[in-house]
Amino acid sequence: MQVDAHYTDETLVVQLVGDWTIGGSLPSIQDVVGDAERVDSVSMTAVAFETDRLGTWDSSLVTFLFEVAEFGREHGLDVQTDTLPTALARLLALSQAVPEQDTADEEASPSLLARLGRWALTVYDEILDILAFTGRATKSLVGLLTFQVRMRWRTFGLALQSSTSSALPIVTVISLLVGLIIAFLGAVVLRRFGADYYVSYLVSYGMLRELGALMTAIIMTGRTGAAFAAELGSMKIAEEIDALKTLGISPIDFLVTPRLVAIVCAMPLLTVYADVLGILGGMSVATTMLDLTYTQFLTGLLEPVVLTDAVIGIFKAVVYGAIIGLSGCMRGMQTGGDASAVGTATTSAVVTGILLIVFANAVIDWGAAVLQV
Amino acid sequence: MSPSDVPAISVEDLTLAFGSFVVMRDLTFDVEQGEIFAIMGGSGSGKSTLLKHLIGLLRPSQGTIRIEGRALWDMDEAERSAMLRHTGVLYQKGALWSSMTLAENVALPLQEHTDLPPSDIDRLVSLKLALVGLRGFESFRPHEISGGMQKRAALARAIALDPNILFFDEPTSGLDPVSARRLDDLILQLRDSLDTTIVVVSHDLESIFTIADRALYLDIETKTMTALGPPAALRDDPPNPRVQQFLTRSLEPA
Repeated sequence: MQVDAHYTDETLVVQLVGDWTIGGSLPSIQDVVGDAERVDSVSMTAVAFETDRLGTWDSSLVTFLFEVAEFGREHGLDVQTDTLPTALARLLALSQAVPEQDTADEEASPSLLARLGRWALTVYDEILDILAFTGRATKSLVGLLTFQVRMRWRTFGLALQSSTSSALPIVTVISLLVGLIIAFLGAVVLRRFGADYYVSYLVSYGMLRELGALMTAIIMTGRTGAAFAAELGSMKIAEEIDALKTLGISPIDFLVTPRLVAIVCAMPLLTVYADVLGILGGMSVATTMLDLTYTQFLTGLLEPVVLTDAVIGIFKAVVYGAIIGLSGCMRGMQTGGDASAVGTATTSAVVTGILLIVFANAVIDWGAAVLQV
Repeated sequence: MSPSDVPAISVEDLTLAFGSFVVMRDLTFDVEQGEIFAIMGGSGSGKSTLLKHLIGLLRPSQGTIRIEGRALWDMDEAERSAMLRHTGVLYQKGALWSSMTLAENVALPLQEHTDLPPSDIDRLVSLKLALVGLRGFESFRPHEISGGMQKRAALARAIALDPNILFFDEPTSGLDPVSARRLDDLILQLRDSLDTTIVVVSHDLESIFTIADRALYLDIETKTMTALGPPAALRDDPPNPRVQQFLTRSLEPA
């Protein structure tokens, strides 16, 4: 792979020598003509090639010739390809057939302020989208309650199954462990004050009011919310949602509402189940590590914990269920056109869901504190 | 049935755009009742986008679309939805609902929009599937049958409500030549026996020459329609070189 150059009568003659195969280092155009200033100072009108001593060649030679041809075009030189092997000349002609397109964006790098503004507009649109989708789903729910909209029992049944019985194993494991963790925490802290007895209060108050609903919601966002987004997303890509619309069937009534109702029904049930298991988990720690008896644990639980705590937990579960269903279905319906869009929609459903759940949790706790319940 | 002097579809000064990006502008044409009308053009010329406007999935940024004489976007959502029930669409990949059997796919529009008892719906579904040559496949799911069969099943669904206008998005794409010609035959037979107006988006020349009464050419360079007429006449007397290139499959005008 070697190249020599000399000038003859204002023509740059490029001599191609040896075997040109990919692997060695590729000579660059600068090696042949030197730097740009020198080119302009020499009066040069054409580029020709000598190939007498050229061996085998592949894309590496074509790449080099392509650069020479581009250079020639930029400097208004006549690139003479008639001495090149026919195949080589043809490839070179093919690479030059369509001139480079101007594909640059109008504004390559917007200023920080412009980007901030755009980001703010995206967030604003996002909030509008969420509100609009919630509105349409609410309209459909009202239609369902007033018998204007028919319930799709099969979709509802499948969604209910996937968000209850199929979710039980993971909810069981997580809730037991969360109960254990709270009890361990309590065991360490409360023992310092000799208040071991109150560990059952800590566990049950924590599970019923906060963590039962919250942990279940986070599990269900990752499980069911993501599944909703993926199901609706693949339907969107396969034009199945368009097919519903053109047949005069509302995708909201047909796809979203049954799923939404299913998850809103499932969440309180799962939460009650999670509460019980969490308390059982806490009880196992209390009885083995803190030398409390079962009776002591249960008495310590029943005295201070009131029904309101459980009701607030269940209320939260309903709200979280609506958030999971809405964010999952909304992201699914917003899916773009290609295969990677389903992945994006799923991720986005989980992120939106968890974000809104934690936000709602804070708002409800604040409300409860203000109302002193 | 609407009066026969009203065009099935009437498009006036239509501009197709995504935001500020204009795909096609100044489209004006009528589709007469009972004709097979082809929309042709190269890849990226906006054929499918035009179709999505005609079937009410996208709202035009400018211009009017009238279906059977009534402007699509002057109606409220319920009216438009009712109007579009007179149309059927065969999507490019069929777009059958993958969680349902073929029979359930064809039955759903009937269950949604008619008060027929289930037994009558079953009989109608069997008929529609038989019309597209899929008798006996009622309990199959879309992924269990071939691409050509999926398209025919989707056609059975599209004709479930006896539409006045049928839209086909690239009906022969992805089919072998024999299946493609068979589908063309089916389209012709449906038009002749049901008197349906048919709009086909296609770049399959053989299909266009076989079935279309008139064809519209969308030119990606000028971003508007540059030819309208019977395909054979357009080929023999092309209004501009690009239509000729397209219809004679050559790169250079002859």
